[in-house]
Amino acid sequence: MNPVRVLMIEDEPEIRRFVRMALESEGLEVFEAATLQRGLIDSATRRPELVVLDLGLPDGDGLDFIREFRGWSQAPIVVLSARDGEERKVQALDAGADDYLVKPFGVSELLARVRVQLRRHAGAGAAADPVFRFGDVAVDRSLRTVTRAGEELHLTPIEYRLLQELSNAPGRVLTHQHLLKAVWGPGHAEDVHYVRVHMANLRKKIEADPNRPQWLVTEAGVGYRLKV
Amino acid sequence: MTDSRPDPDALLAQVQRDEAAARRGRLKIFFGANAGVGKTFAMLAAAHAAHAQGRAVRVGVVETHGRADTEAIARDLTRIPLKDLTHKGQTLREFDLDAALAWGREQSGGVLLLDELAHSNAPGSRHAKRWQDVQELLEAGMDVWSTLNVQHLESLNDIVGGITGIRVWETVPDRVFDEADEVVVVDLPPDELLQRLKEGKVYLPQQAERAAKNFFRKGNLLALRELALRRTADRVDDQMQAYRRERVDRGQGAVWPNRESLLACVGRTQASDKVVRSAARLAGQLDVDWHAVHVETARNQSEAARQQVQRTLELAQSLGARTAVLSAPEVAPALVGYAREHNLARLVVGRRDNAWRWPGGRPLSESLSGLADELDVLQVALPAETRERSAPQAEQAPLSSRLLSRQNLLGCAAALVSVALTTAVSVPLLRLISATNIAMLFLLCVVGVAWRFGRAPSAVAAVLAVAAFDFAFVEPRWSFAVGDAQYLVTFAVMLLVGLVIGQLAAGLQVQARAAQERERRVRGLYAMSRDLGAALVPEQVAEIGAQFLRAEFGVGAAVLAPPLAAPPGREVLAVLPGAGTQPDLGVAQWAFDHSQPAGQGTDTLPGSPCLMLPLKAPMRVRGVLAVQSPVRRWSPEERELLDTCAALLAISLERIHYIEVAQSSTLQIESERLRNSLLTAVSHDLRTPLASLVGLADALKLTPLTPPQAEVADAMRRSAQRMSALVANLLDMARLQAGGVQLKRDWLPLQELVGSALAAMDELLAGRAVEVDLAAGLPLVSLDPVLMERVLVNLLENAVKYTPAGSPVRIEARREGRQVVVDVLDRGPGLPPGKEAQLFDKFERGDRESATPGVGLGLAIAKAIVEAHEGSISAHNRAGGGAVFRLEWPVGNPPKEESQT
Repeated sequence: MNPVRVLMIEDEPEIRRFVRMALESEGLEVFEAATLQRGLIDSATRRPELVVLDLGLPDGDGLDFIREFRGWSQAPIVVLSARDGEERKVQALDAGADDYLVKPFGVSELLARVRVQLRRHAGAGAAADPVFRFGDVAVDRSLRTVTRAGEELHLTPIEYRLLQELSNAPGRVLTHQHLLKAVWGPGHAEDVHYVRVHMANLRKKIEADPNRPQWLVTEAGVGYRLKV
Repeated sequence: MTDSRPDPDALLAQVQRDEAAARRGRLKIFFGANAGVGKTFAMLAAAHAAHAQGRAVRVGVVETHGRADTEAIARDLTRIPLKDLTHKGQTLREFDLDAALAWGREQSGGVLLLDELAHSNAPGSRHAKRWQDVQELLEAGMDVWSTLNVQHLESLNDIVGGITGIRVWETVPDRVFDEADEVVVVDLPPDELLQRLKEGKVYLPQQAERAAKNFFRKGNLLALRELALRRTADRVDDQMQAYRRERVDRGQGAVWPNRESLLACVGRTQASDKVVRSAARLAGQLDVDWHAVHVETARNQSEAARQQVQRTLELAQSLGARTAVLSAPEVAPALVGYAREHNLARLVVGRRDNAWRWPGGRPLSESLSGLADELDVLQVALPAETRERSAPQAEQAPLSSRLLSRQNLLGCAAALVSVALTTAVSVPLLRLISATNIAMLFLLCVVGVAWRFGRAPSAVAAVLAVAAFDFAFVEPRWSFAVGDAQYLVTFAVMLLVGLVIGQLAAGLQVQARAAQERERRVRGLYAMSRDLGAALVPEQVAEIGAQFLRAEFGVGAAVLAPPLAAPPGREVLAVLPGAGTQPDLGVAQWAFDHSQPAGQGTDTLPGSPCLMLPLKAPMRVRGVLAVQSPVRRWSPEERELLDTCAALLAISLERIHYIEVAQSSTLQIESERLRNSLLTAVSHDLRTPLASLVGLADALKLTPLTPPQAEVADAMRRSAQRMSALVANLLDMARLQAGGVQLKRDWLPLQELVGSALAAMDELLAGRAVEVDLAAGLPLVSLDPVLMERVLVNLLENAVKYTPAGSPVRIEARREGRQVVVDVLDRGPGLPPGKEAQLFDKFERGDRESATPGVGLGLAIAKAIVEAHEGSISAHNRAGGGAVFRLEWPVGNPPKEESQT
C-alpha cells in the first residue's frame, strides 16, 4: 500500500524540518514547498491527501491557495497560524480549511490533528453509518434521535440541527458563520449570539459538566468543534 | 396628505422642548389679580407643606410688608442672605443670585422662593429683571416658586393701564408666564379684598397711597379679577391643545394647523406699541409666530423717531416677535413684499395712524389691501389721547433740534449763498433770456441745495428763490412789490415745484446714501469673509474680526476663545491677540457658558462697557466676540451686521478647529501604522525561531535518545515555550498600551467563556479541584471572547503559579445591579497586605525573590483588557485564606434571545 502523501507549504526551513520529521515518523510521505507558487504546482503534480499550509507566506496569501485547491480537491487542509490571528483563521476555515494549529505547536498536537483529519477523510468515501457516536452519546441521523447512555434526549429542532452539523464533520472547526448559515439559513449573519445561546443549551443536555465541556469545544473567537 | 402630516419642525421643536424641560427646573407661579389677594401667603403656606414633606426649601426674597401672619409663616423658613449692592453711594439690598445657584448645586431638588417676579433688580445686578434671574435658576435645574400680578404681564399691561388709569413699568414677558410649569391662581372676591384693605391688611406704599386708593375701586378689582382668571383659562386651554397635539397618534387624523403668522406694522410713534401688544396677544391666542417690521422711508428719518421705532421693536422682541427694519421708498409695497416673502397671512396695522399716511392721503390699510387682496389686514384702534398727543410729541422735540443742527444751519447758509449767486449770475442774463427761464435757473439751484444739503435747506432755498426772483426780476424790479398779478401764480407754482422737487431730491439722496452705506457694509463683510477664508489660526480670525469692526463702526473689539485642547464643559476663555479692547472676562465667560449675548445693551450685566456676543457655530459655541463702543445703542440693522460678523467668525473658528482635529488624527493614523508594522515585524522575527525551537525539541524525541538526552530535549522545549509566552505577553502589552486593540465584542453566555478558558488551562489545572459556580439567569455579556479568555487564563495561571499544587481553584459569577461580577478564587497564601492595587502594575510580581517564572505582565494585561471593556479588576484576600481576583463590567443591553423555532 502506498504511503499517504502530505504536502507541506511553509517558508521557514526549521519548521519544515521538524514537521517532516514528525509526519515521516507516522509513515507519511512528505513533499515540501517553500512558496505559494511552488505549493500550487506541487499540489497539482503530487496529488496530496493532506495539506499543511502556513498562512503567512512571502509570495502570496495562503487563502488563495485554499480557494484554488478546493476547486478540485476535498483533501483536508490544516492551517498553521499566528497566535492572535483569529480573523485569518476564520477566513481560512470559511474558505475551506479543516483545522488550524497555532504556533508554537508541538509534535504531538500536530500528529493528533493530522490523524483526525486523515481518518475523517478516509471515512467520507465509505457508506456513512447513520449512527454517530461520541462518548456515551449516539446521534442517529436516520431516525433523527439522540441518546445519551441509552436514554433519549429531547433536543429542540435547532439544537438537533446544530449537533447534526457538528457530527457531520467531527474534529473539524466550524465557524459561527458556517453554523448560522447551515442551521438558520442565510440572512442571520449578525446574530452570532443565537449560535452561542443554543450551543449552551445543547451542552447542558449532552455534556457531563457543561462548565467544562468535553465534546462540544469552543474555539474562542472562531467557532466550535466536536472533539473526538 | 400633506395637511395631515406633522410638521417636522414642530416635532423637532417638541423634542427639543422635552429635552430642555428634562434639564430645566420647574417654575411655579402664584398668580393673582392685584396686590393683597394673598399670593405671598399662599406661596409660603405651600412651601411649608413641601418642607414638611422633606423637600429642601430656601427663601430667596419674600416681601412680607410687615404683615403679621405672613411674617409668622415666613419666619421658620431658611433664607438666603441678601447681597449688598453699592450704587452711586447708596447701598441697596438685593437677591443674591450666585448664592442661590451655589445652594442649588449642592442641594438638588430644592425649591427656591422668589417673591415678585416682575421686580426690577438694582442697577449693577447681573440681570435687569428678576424674571431673568429666575430663568437662569431654572436653566441651572433649580425649582423656583414666584408670585405675579396680572397687571405685570407685558401683553396685558396697557389693558390694565386703560382700566385702572395706572401704568406699571415693571413687566414680565408673557412667555415666562406661558412657559411656567404650574400656575396657581390665588383668588379673593373684591368685597373681601376691600374689607381687608379697610382693616389695613393690604400693604400700600406711603407715597402711592392716594393713587392706590383710586386703584382699589370695586369696578377695577372686578375687571382685574376677570382678566386674571381669563388669562389663566387661556393658558390652560393652550396646555390642553398642546396636550392633544402630543397625544393624537401622529399622522392619524391629527390636524396640524396651517401656521399663518402675523405681521405687526410698526410706525414711528409710541402708539405703535399698542399695535405690537395687540399682535402679540393675537399671536398668542392663535399660537403662531409673528414678526414686527418698520419701514424706513425717505420721509421718516428723524433721530427721535428712529429711537421710538427701536424701542417699539425691542418691545416686540421681548414679546417674542422677529423684528426687522426695511428701507424702501414706499411703506405698503415693502410690507406686502415682506409678508409674502415670509409667508405671513395677516397684517396688523394701527388705524388712522398719522405716521402711516400715504402721500395721497389713503390710510395704510387701504393701500395694503389694494396691493394684495390675499392678505388679511387687521386694524387696531389707537387710543385717542395717544393719537393726538404722542405723535406731535415725538415730532416736536426732534424738529427744533433738527432745525438747529449744525448741518442744517450750514445748509441754510449754503442755500442763502447759492440763491444770491444765482441772482447775481442771472441779473446780467436778463437781457438775453426771459424772466420765466430765469425762474428755471432758480429751480435748478433749489434742486442743487436739496441734493447736497437735504430737506430743510432745500425748503429754505425754495422760499428764498421765490423772494429773490420777485425782488430782482419781476417788475417793478428791486422791490418785493408785484406789478402784474399773473406773477403771483408764477410764484405759487415756483414755490410749490421748488418744495416738491427739493423734497424728492433730498429723499433720493438719503436713499442713495443708505444704499451706498449698505453696499459698503456688504463689501466690508465680503472682504472679511474672504480674509477669514485664508485664516489658518484663531489669532488671525480675531485680528480680522477686530479690524472689520474698527473699520465699520470705529469700535474696539476682541475675540475670546478657549484653548484648542480644552476639554468640553470646562473651557476658560482667553483673549486672542489683536484685540482692540480689554473685555471683562467674567461677562464673556457668562455669555460663552450660556450661549447668550451679555453686557452692554442686553438684559445681562448691562453695566459692562462691552457687548458680548457668543460665537455660535453649527456644532457649538466657539468663543465670544466682545465689542466695546462708546455709550450707544445698537440699531437693529447694526446688530444684524454684528451678528453676521459674529457668525462668520464662529464658522471660521470652527473650521480651524476641525482642520486641527483632522491634522492630529492624520498624524495619529500615521504613527499607528508605523507602530503596527513595527510590532508585526518584531513579532514575526521573534516568534518564528521560537516556534521552530519548540517543534525541533519535540522532534528530537522522535529519534532514539538516552534518558538524559530526552530530559534535555524536554527542558529545551519548556524554555522555548516559556520564552514564546513571554514574547507574546510583551507584544500584547505593547499593543494594548498603544490603544491599537480593537475589541471584537459579541454577546455570549459567560459559561462559554469560562469553559474555553478552563479548556485552555486543562494541562496546568490537572490535579486540582476546579469549582465553577455561575449564578442562574445570568444575562448574555458583551465581550471580546478572545481577549476576555486571555484575562481568565491569566488569572487562572496566576492562581496555579502562586498556590500550592493540588489546592482548589474556584470561579464564581453573578449579577449585582447593573454589573456582572466574576471572581477567581484560590486557597493560596493570599496577597501581601497593602499591595492589592500594585499587583496590576507592569512587571510587578507578588514576591520578588520567588523562583516562580514570569515577569509579572499577566495581571497588567488583564487589567488593560478589562478596562478596554469599561470594566474594572481588583484583588483582595479571601475569607478563610487565599486570594480573590474580581472582574466587573456593565451589563449593557443584552439582545433578546430568538424564540425557539
